[in-house]
This record gives sequence, C-alpha cells and structure tokens, in this order.
Amino acid sequence: MALWSDATDADTVAGVPARFVAAPASTEEAAAVLHEAARDDLAVVVRGGGTKLDWGMPPRRLDLIVDTRRLTGVVEHAAGDLIVVLRAGTPLDGLDLAGQQLALDSPVPGATVGGAVATATSGPRRQLYGTARDLLIGMTVVRPDGRVAHAGGKVVKNVAGYDLGKLLTGSYGTLGLITECAFRLHPRPEVSALVLRTAPAAEIGALLAAVRAEQVVPSAVEIDAPAAGPVTLAVLVEGTTAGVRERAARLEKVLGGQATDEFPSWWGRYPWDQAGMKLTVPLSHVPDLLDAGVAVRGSAGTGVLYADVPVGSAPTVVERLRATAVRVGGHAVVLTAPQPVRELVDMWGPVAGLALMRRVKDRFDPGHRFAPGRFVGGI
Amino acid sequence: MTTLDVLAARLRAELGADRIVNDRQQLRTYECDGLAHYKVIPGLVVLPRDAGECARTVRACVEAGVPFVARGSGTGLSGGALPHAEGVLIVTSKMRAIVEVAPDDERAVVEPGVINLHVTKAAGPHGYYYAPDPSSQQICSIGGNVAENSGGAHCLKYGFTTNHVTGAQVVTPDGELIELGGRAPDTPGYDLLGAFVGSEGTLGIATRVTVRLTRLPESVRTLLAAFPSTDQAGAATSAIIAAGVVPAAVEMMDALAIEAAEAAVACGYPGGAGAVLIVELDGPAAEVDAQFDQVTALCKASGAFELRIAADPAERALFWKGRKSAFAAVGRISPDYIVQDGVIPRTALPEVLHRIGEVSRAHGVRVANVFHAGDGNLHPLVLFDDAVPGEADRAEEVSGAIIDLCIEYGGSITGEHGVGMDKAKYMPRMFTDDDLETMHLLRCAFDPAGLANPGKIFPTPRLCGEVPRRHRAGEATPAELF
Repeated sequence: MALWSDATDADTVAGVPARFVAAPASTEEAAAVLHEAARDDLAVVVRGGGTKLDWGMPPRRLDLIVDTRRLTGVVEHAAGDLIVVLRAGTPLDGLDLAGQQLALDSPVPGATVGGAVATATSGPRRQLYGTARDLLIGMTVVRPDGRVAHAGGKVVKNVAGYDLGKLLTGSYGTLGLITECAFRLHPRPEVSALVLRTAPAAEIGALLAAVRAEQVVPSAVEIDAPAAGPVTLAVLVEGTTAGVRERAARLEKVLGGQATDEFPSWWGRYPWDQAGMKLTVPLSHVPDLLDAGVAVRGSAGTGVLYADVPVGSAPTVVERLRATAVRVGGHAVVLTAPQPVRELVDMWGPVAGLALMRRVKDRFDPGHRFAPGRFVGGI
Repeated sequence: MTTLDVLAARLRAELGADRIVNDRQQLRTYECDGLAHYKVIPGLVVLPRDAGECARTVRACVEAGVPFVARGSGTGLSGGALPHAEGVLIVTSKMRAIVEVAPDDERAVVEPGVINLHVTKAAGPHGYYYAPDPSSQQICSIGGNVAENSGGAHCLKYGFTTNHVTGAQVVTPDGELIELGGRAPDTPGYDLLGAFVGSEGTLGIATRVTVRLTRLPESVRTLLAAFPSTDQAGAATSAIIAAGVVPAAVEMMDALAIEAAEAAVACGYPGGAGAVLIVELDGPAAEVDAQFDQVTALCKASGAFELRIAADPAERALFWKGRKSAFAAVGRISPDYIVQDGVIPRTALPEVLHRIGEVSRAHGVRVANVFHAGDGNLHPLVLFDDAVPGEADRAEEVSGAIIDLCIEYGGSITGEHGVGMDKAKYMPRMFTDDDLETMHLLRCAFDPAGLANPGKIFPTPRLCGEVPRRHRAGEATPAELF
C-alpha cells in the first residue's frame, strides 16, 4: 500500500505547494511514513487542523504533508488519576471528559491537540492552569528518521529522564511528528463568573495591581484594548457556588465593575484579521503596551498580549511594539502576516540561545527536512 | 604533575586560592550527597563566587578534558551530585545572593546557592511565596532544585520546580554563559529552559535563576485524619479527588512510619491508626471553607476514626512535623534504611501497597510507607541493619522490587528525587533504547564531549559523534541571518 498520495491544489503551507500527502492512523503508520520520507530525503510539514499553517515563515522546501486527521481519539482517560492520553489529531474543542477538563484554551477554532502543542498556543485560563508545557505529562513523537520515542509518562509526577515533551512543545514541527500527548486534567468547576470593568488605558495598571492584591485566585485576567478608546478588563473566577459568589463580589468592589456569566465575544480570540503579533512582557509592563495605537488583547495577568498589526504600517508598528517589549526584557513575535508584510519585517525578533537551538535541530533533524525555515533563525 | 594538578594550579591563579579545595581531608567532606552509600572523593573542589567564576571553571575543565559535577547543598537523594574521582566538583554554596524580589512582576531572581525557604522568606513581606517545597526546603538550594526539578508536598496543586522557573542564566558544558527564558513568559524558540530544568546537571550549571512567586493564599486549612488501614485512607483520597477537589496536599503515612515519627518528634498522631492522612486546602476563604466540610465528610465516610482540624499555624506545623521528619525518623526504629521514590497512578495505591506488603513479608524486610497520596508518589522506607550479613542485599532487592511494581502499574521510577547515579540502571525498564537515544540527542547538543556530570541518568555511556551537515542551496548560514 502506498504510504502517501499525490497532493491537491489545497495542500499548501503558507503558499508553498506540497507534492504528497500522508494521513497515518497510528504511531506505527506514522513511523513507516517518516522512515520512507527519510529514505527519499523528503521535506516534511505536519498538518493538524490547518489553522496555523500560515504561522512562521513558509517552508524553504516542501515535499510531504503529514496530516493527522486520522490520528484522532482518546487513547485513555483515567478519571480517577486525572489524566488523559490523546492522539495528536484530536480536535481540542469538544473533548468529552465527563466532568473533567483539559484546561488548555484554544484561541483558534478547529485546532488539534498536536497543533496546539507544537505551536504552544494558550488562552485566558493560562493564568491559573499554565500552558501546554505545564499540562503535558508525556509525549510520543516520531523522529525525522522514523524512529519512535516516548518521554514522560502517564503519571503527573515524574522526573525520569529529560523532559523532551517541553522541548517539542512550541517547536513548530521542526523536531519531529507528535503522535500522542498525555495531559493532566482538572475537575470542571461548578460555576464561574466574570467581572468586567471598562476604563481609560491610563488606569489599567492600577486596576491590574488591585486584582493581584486581592487573594481571589482568578482563572483569567484578560484585557481588550481597541486601537483607540477605553480598555475593558475581564477577570474570571471559577469554583464552588458559594466561593465564586464571594470572590466575584470582592472583584466588583475592587474594580468598580459588574459580575456577569456572559463572556464577551472577544474572549479568548486573537484580535487580528491579517497580521498579528504575540507580545510578552514582565507583568508590571503590561500597561506599556496599551497606548501603542493598535488593538491589543490578551492575558494581562500573565504578561501575554496579542496585537492586531495594520498591514499598511506593519514595519513601523512591529518595530515600535518590539522595541517596547524588548526594552523591558520581553519578546515580540509576528505570528502571522500576509506575504508582502513578511518580506518587510523580522518575524521572530531577537532570540537568545539561537546557537544552542541550532545544535538541537542538527541532532534531531540533521538533514533539515522538518519544516525547514519555519522556525526561529531559519531553523 | 597530573592533569588535575595543572588544572588546580590554573584555577588557583585565575580565581584565587580561597576558591579551591584540594586537601585530601577537606575533599572528603564532599564525597557524597544525601544518598550516603555512594561515596567518591572528588579530584578537586571549586567554590565559585559568581557566574563568571563558574564559567571560567567550566572552561578550564573543558580545555583540560576533565569532567565536572555541580553541587548545591548536597541534599539530593539519587546521587546526582556524586563527585567524579578524576573530576572537579563545582559547589555553588558561595553563590547565595537574592538578587531581586520583584512582587510587581511576581518574580524573584536568585543565585543557585540560595536556600529554597529563603526565597519564600524574602517574598513573604510582599504577600508572596515560592511554591515548590521539598521536605528539605530548609537546607536545599534553588540550583539543586532546578537540576532535579524538585517537587514537594504541595506540588499536587501547584506543580514542580519546572512550573515555577521562568528563566535561568546557565553555564553550558562548553563554558559559555547563556540566558534561557527570562522574566517575561514564552521566550521564542525551543523551550531549552524546560529541557534544562530536571536535567540533573548534565546540560550545564544554573548560575542565576528567575522564579515565579505565588500570591499567598488567603486561607489554609489542614486536617489530620486517622484510619484503621491504608486501604481506607486510600479510599478517602480517591473520594476527595473524585469530588472535584484539588487539595494543596494529601499526604499519607502508614503505621510503621507513624511509629517512627512518634519516636523521633512526638508528633502526637492519634493512637492505633493503621494510616493517617494530612489533607491541606488553601485558597480564597470561601472556597476553602466550602470544600473543607466536604473533605471532612468524605474522610468520615471512608472510615476515619479520628479527625483533627488544625486550629492555628502552630498546630498545622505539628501535623506536618511528623510527615516532614519521617525519612530521618525511621533512624529511630532501624539502624539503616533506603528511601525509595517511585510513582504509580494514584488509583492503584491500595493494590500496590498490598503488593509492597507481600514483597516485604517474603523477604523478611520491614517497609515503612510515607507518600504524597494525592499524586501517587510513594516513598517506601526499606529498613535494614547493615551489621547483619545479607540484610543490605535483601533490602536492596525489596527496594528494586518496589520500582518494578511502579513500572508494572504504569508509573515512574522517580517522582522527585531524580535518576542520578542510583537509578540509571532502571532507566531501560521504563524507556526503550530509542527513547534513551532520543534523550541523548539533547545531551549531545548541549555537551558533545560528555563532561557535564557523566555517569548520571543514562545507564550506559554513549558517544555523541559528529553531526552530518548538509547545507542546501538557499539555506542561510547563521552569519547571514544575524
């Protein structure tokens, strides 16, 4: 049986057409595909839900798309142990875990487990639950040479061997194909409440400090700042009925805002249409990013914001936001942009430790066949 | 002159004589870490005062082709800081500055020799603390915590060192100082920090660490519940988790561990208990109160015959005293003991405890059980008397059999003490050769010469080999990009 078929016109990655598409249904099949791909020296890009194929740089070359659409489903859900093992192609939305949750918000509808892990996306509730790297407890990966490796395991507490799961998380498919991920789960909270407050940008820093000072343990502290005008702050608390009522009341008082159980339409969604950036800064510098004249949204409580970059003035805006973030020890990455913009801006910005990252890439993928050029420094 | 003599002379000249220890008697004080039955006298000890001196030491080692081992407070329980007889032991105990406490950024920046508890003490006045709390937190160092990815009683809810370290300045195994992560989250590029934390000194030495500070909980409530048996205590733990409660900690001790703790610290646990549970909830007062009543009811329903609720921090400390002193306490009931560290899926707890009991009886070796019940992290204490011929071997067999049980039930050979020297031999039972070879790819990227803490983690020495480089047309070289 052929391991892959011919690509169609739709099988492109950031505008680069592929020659073949494979859709393995198991780790073993995936290993067979990648073993053959290695033998034939094929350049490979992994595709999950296809929601972030336009992120990063286009691949320098592309022969084979490995699609995870058949690599789906729950391998194991041990409710009593609060863990789940998922195949990489499983959509993140709509996971049915019977009273439990994988507390990984996906900012883009249709994203898969593997895609979310490979790009390390996160959403509002990272404030309380952390990100993919924190929730991941084990991983199965097929290396570029077709060999299968496991790291971590199925128990939450485990320090045996290197934490390769963290290395693969956010590696943009440049080190191998993730086929299965094990995660720790959390109980679904009984109830939740959101407290909203809209205020001028200049007041947001003080309001954020006031939320931090309260010991209400928010699950999310989000802001939505349009290009001009007042900023909306939204604080989420989750827990027991009695606890949430009390915590929300305290937040109402501190923020001078209103509790609601309706989420605003912008909640957990990126603010851009065409070109967007991810900005991370130390917490005390979140307000620095609010008067840049562009729409900014994200997790103010963790120092992770997203900006809508106007295509017309992209180079200037990127440079300005990057200067603001980098000056205070932060980072500014252009996640996606139309091709003409990509040609004008540095997508990744300064990256510390790049030489060592190249050495890691060289060891895992000496032929530079996996998503070549899509990652930092042309990796 | 030997290679080490030359190296010692060079470092003495570069760093000053007071940074170097090479007197045989003094070297002997570094011959082991917390796992005292492995002993190796280091070839040379260096005590750098800062990152620059640490990097110069590593560079000198690299140029001389001499292996080096990092050591913090030396409290590790897997022999991770066991010295190399022909190598240099780099001790970070002189690097003890708390560089900065930044509550507005919820971060602290510390040197690697800083004691874990001192971070919490420095953050406390600002309303914050450092969450990872290994039992040795009064003496263990942050650098050691980073190397071992240390856990603690409260990691059930708050996670491990790796979830609380956002940045590290690191001396790589080729002597270069680099920054991994930082004060802001989500550094672009590979998560090398995530790979570094828990790498047991085999990928370099942390010389400055940026940690996340956690807001102090508004309320902490602690329950001590006594059960007739470990089965019932295990059932209570399962019931608590099933009810959707995530306690800050759920700790269990069995009868023998209680006996030892009473003998050592007179913690005054309820008499006649086959097992005690310590359950701690923390968070907003209204949440804690609502769930505490639930937890109390679940313990009663599972057969607890006595419940004590800590009335104040002093009583809470007393509950914890028995638990936190348990390892040392078994010294009161046995001349020698092995501290084991393994993990099982929490739901398998009652079954695995019975199996451990069977192994214990079959070998005629007593096992006291202390564990983080909430996350299935077992710490069986295997008791023996080294003076009795054959007992040490039997204890070692029992200890190994317990690890086999952990693997059989789908768990791990170590939950928080690390692989180190002690458990390298078990790695092939948990991982395939391809798994280990893949981990080794990472090691080779960091340390192709294999000089950083050799002989730890990996069961057999492996060579790295050259990377076959194939540059393609259109592929930019680093110089062109930056």
